[in-house]
Amino acid sequence: MIRIECPVCGQRPETEFTYGGDATVRRPEMTNEDPQAWIEYVFMRGNPRGWHREYWHHVQGCRQWIVLERNTLSHEIGQAELARDAARAWSRTSEAAE
Amino acid sequence: MSHYSAFSIFKQAMRGNRGWSRAWRDPEPKDNYDVLIVGGGGHGLATAYYLAKEHGAKNVAVVEKGWLGGGNTGRNTTIVRSNYMMPGNTMFYERSMKLWEDLSQDLNFNVMISQRGQYNLCHSPGQMDAARRRGNIMRANGIDADMFDRAEVQRRLPYLDYSASARFPIHGALYQGRAGTARHDAVAWGYARAADKHGVDILQQREVTGYLWDGGRIGGVQTSRGDIRAAKVALCVAGHSGHLAQMAGLRLPIETHSLQAFVTEPYKPLIDTVISFGAAHFYISQSDKGGLVLGGDLDMYNSYAQRGGLPIVEHTLSSAKALMPALSRLKLLRHWAGVMDMSMDGSPFITKTPVDGLYLNGGWCYGGFKATPASGWCFAWTIAKDAPHPDNAEFRLDRFERGYQIDEKGVGPHPNAH
Repeated sequence: MIRIECPVCGQRPETEFTYGGDATVRRPEMTNEDPQAWIEYVFMRGNPRGWHREYWHHVQGCRQWIVLERNTLSHEIGQAELARDAARAWSRTSEAAE
Repeated sequence: MSHYSAFSIFKQAMRGNRGWSRAWRDPEPKDNYDVLIVGGGGHGLATAYYLAKEHGAKNVAVVEKGWLGGGNTGRNTTIVRSNYMMPGNTMFYERSMKLWEDLSQDLNFNVMISQRGQYNLCHSPGQMDAARRRGNIMRANGIDADMFDRAEVQRRLPYLDYSASARFPIHGALYQGRAGTARHDAVAWGYARAADKHGVDILQQREVTGYLWDGGRIGGVQTSRGDIRAAKVALCVAGHSGHLAQMAGLRLPIETHSLQAFVTEPYKPLIDTVISFGAAHFYISQSDKGGLVLGGDLDMYNSYAQRGGLPIVEHTLSSAKALMPALSRLKLLRHWAGVMDMSMDGSPFITKTPVDGLYLNGGWCYGGFKATPASGWCFAWTIAKDAPHPDNAEFRLDRFERGYQIDEKGVGPHPNAH
């Protein structure tokens, strides 16, 4: 049983959550007409053996989406944050990069 | 190496079984191979065997990080069947079924193929319609399929739950009589022995840690015990496909997930066939040693751990009990997990890659065992001729950008849902 530290509810068992997949995938800008960018977004995954950033939905708890760091080789659990906060942090860094 | 026969068993028995020679050599690697196959499971060994047997390849090696058949070949639930219905995969799986039927004779090794039949149970009128459609597509392609109603299923499988209180009432089943089981270890050993007989070098305890490059072309592999040069490198590494592709700079439409399987304590002969539950993902058969072999859903999150979590144990055993209440008193003997290369459409890859000299066989999700003979046969063809056989022509990486996914289950690009 994986125990996930929900930022709202504290430590809860994995059975309360639904897995949402790779959280490093970014949707291209809606104006992007390059098909390759959309193929990458929909189908291609890094699939790392080790630390993985991934979405979980606390569907039987606070119903928040969270971004969790989890090791795919050892099942060790790392940091968890609200997906909202992760998205804001990401848009800040990508704006800074532009 | 001796030929196995009833006479050889008798002869060796008379000599106290001291004269058996080893089944395959343990050679030192040569400096250079024409084809180097990474992964000594069923698929890799079958590829080596058919390369040597069908295409006359003389200079082939298989490198394996552990021991032969120690990955998913030794971790599956041993079911073989060909009840597929999508253009692009139906005839591939039927080729596999046909190869299974003669495999023991072809390899001179008893893979214990047992065509005991497989039932896909239906629990609603909608499922009956879908099963009838699948059965018709199978029959139109020359594959055997039969539809049974509830009364016939009850006559054949009286031990399932037909009571009024059954959580998922049984409406009928789609049956494939030629389906069944095979002994998984024997498949790896049989292919290894037959490939070795054709001169294939099998190199165990050598983990591939990187590639050698000739300009932009693959020139061989680096292993934990030295470099090996090869003109063509072919990956048959199942759950580790993404990992080995990444070393070559490729991203694949694959996620690695863990799938659990279970064996109960040995029991009297009870289930003489293979049964797939239609209400949840669950399947069960009985091994020759008496243990009931069962499996269920993925753990749902990415994992390379080769072990699973307890929620799925509970889920699988609840399914078992809903289907066959009599199982509730049995104890589990063993429980394990394998790492599955789950592709984005649930179908595999047997293909060249964008990297020159690198070939990929992967994305088997949890349907790899049944495909072993055809997978090796088609992959050998693809490597030898540098072009796919019609049976694996659709198992290419570019099917996603062309819009030709082979999504048998129809769930879209969600690897954990296939």
